[in-house]
Amino acid sequence: MRRARGSGALLLAPVVVALAFLAAWEALVRVGRVAPFVLPSPTAVLASLREVGAQVLAAAGATGLNALVGLVAGTALALLAASLAARVRVLREALVPLAAAAAAIPIVALAPVFATMYGATSELPRRLVVTLVVFVPVFVNALRGLLTVDPVHAELMRSYAASGWATTRWVRLPGALPFVFTGLRLAASAAVISAVVAEYFGGLQTGLGSRITSAAANSAYPRAWAYVVAACALGLLFYAAALALERAATPWRRAGTG
Amino acid sequence: MSSTRTTPGATPAGGPGTAAAPAPGGPAATPAVEVRGVVRRFGAVTALDGIDLVIERGELVSLIGPSGCGKSTLLRVVADLVEPTEGEVRVGGKSAHRARLDQDYGIAFQAAGLLEWRTVAGNVELPLQLHGVGRAARRERARELLDLVGLADFARHRPSQLSGGMQQRVAIARALAERPSLLLMDEPFGALDEMTRERLQAELLAVRAATGCTVVFVTHSVPEAVFLSDRVVVMSARPGRVAAVVPVRLGTAERDDAVRATPAFAASVVQVRAALRATEAPR
Repeated sequence: MRRARGSGALLLAPVVVALAFLAAWEALVRVGRVAPFVLPSPTAVLASLREVGAQVLAAAGATGLNALVGLVAGTALALLAASLAARVRVLREALVPLAAAAAAIPIVALAPVFATMYGATSELPRRLVVTLVVFVPVFVNALRGLLTVDPVHAELMRSYAASGWATTRWVRLPGALPFVFTGLRLAASAAVISAVVAEYFGGLQTGLGSRITSAAANSAYPRAWAYVVAACALGLLFYAAALALERAATPWRRAGTG
Repeated sequence: MSSTRTTPGATPAGGPGTAAAPAPGGPAATPAVEVRGVVRRFGAVTALDGIDLVIERGELVSLIGPSGCGKSTLLRVVADLVEPTEGEVRVGGKSAHRARLDQDYGIAFQAAGLLEWRTVAGNVELPLQLHGVGRAARRERARELLDLVGLADFARHRPSQLSGGMQQRVAIARALAERPSLLLMDEPFGALDEMTRERLQAELLAVRAATGCTVVFVTHSVPEAVFLSDRVVVMSARPGRVAAVVPVRLGTAERDDAVRATPAFAASVVQVRAALRATEAPR
């Protein structure tokens, strides 16, 4: 009861602010007579979105699939690497600095290189970029989670004469889940961003990124914005899905007092 | 206190396979805990220095002293969570290591240390599950124990839904899961408010009366030590030594809150305070 009302109130403020922002934008374009090629009005973008809706959906599907494939592959690799690194010290000492370095370099910069390597008829270069982008936050967080054990839990398991495997199974893995999902949440938005940006460097013209560049190149600004809106929606969708997965997998974190 | 005293029941250390079944309450029963000449150093710091302590079966003994006196370390040495640098510890006649492997003791810490992803019942069942007890038996035992600590209605709750005092009761139930003959408690009520604390003290005495287990209880509260204990072991700091052992005689009747108002209680509190103060004097 209280939670329902709480989230309703929680939603109200951002929705009001967003609507006010859109209204101000519309008013600025109309009253200020801003040229449509500088800034199309929200209603113009909406009209364009209606007009090319089918193409927008198809493009969003193509980009979304790239992001999803990369997200799944990157997460799987990161979890595998993190569990190995948590167990094998030498591996940890080798991988952690590499992951830190990878976090510092803009991985999308690799997109043109991959595009050249794998040719213009493949979605593979985009998926590779997403995989690499996703790997870093999931690996770093999962490893931290696996290495963080409450000292009381450690002593308790020792008092039970529990084996290393039992400690991993009953304490380490469940304790790491919230960390893994923090990484996944970060990775979910990053996956969409990198999937879109990777398309800016040529290759197949199927996704949102390619459509945005070609619409902008043709001065079809409302249409470009329509694809941008779709990209935003796709990013939010991925984030919300990651959040929903997190809530389903770690129900104890929601159990408030009551 | 003579450290050369030999215990009547002390037998040459046999292998674990030859250990005879303990005869609780028998005249020649081995003590619950024997600590002989234990020294523990952490680097250059001597945490424990020449500790000798014998705790009989069924006794409730408190360890009290200023912070840094090594009372928690001593408890961990008995639990085989910390190894002594020198000296020997026997728990129920076995080495402390063997006793840990055999799950002869239950332990509770200042932090309840519940696994937040498990239900209350799941937490109580954890040690049973780790040691291969079947599901039905686990359920049954958890229900019994939660009844014992008055949390039967909370079996399916998550730890985060409970108050600190309730979490600590779950931790105590968990410590009792395998019917240990020895209960080790490291300031288990230290983080609780006074009211909850006094209620849990009375509950601990009830649990002990129901199970007959030996209890070693680390605390920094003098009234708590006096209310609970048969003997209070007063320790001094740097290095940690046993400064005095104060027997508490509050009559044989079961202790309840009324005891706290008796002259005998007040006298014991004064005695323990004096012993504690004496540990600070020579500095």
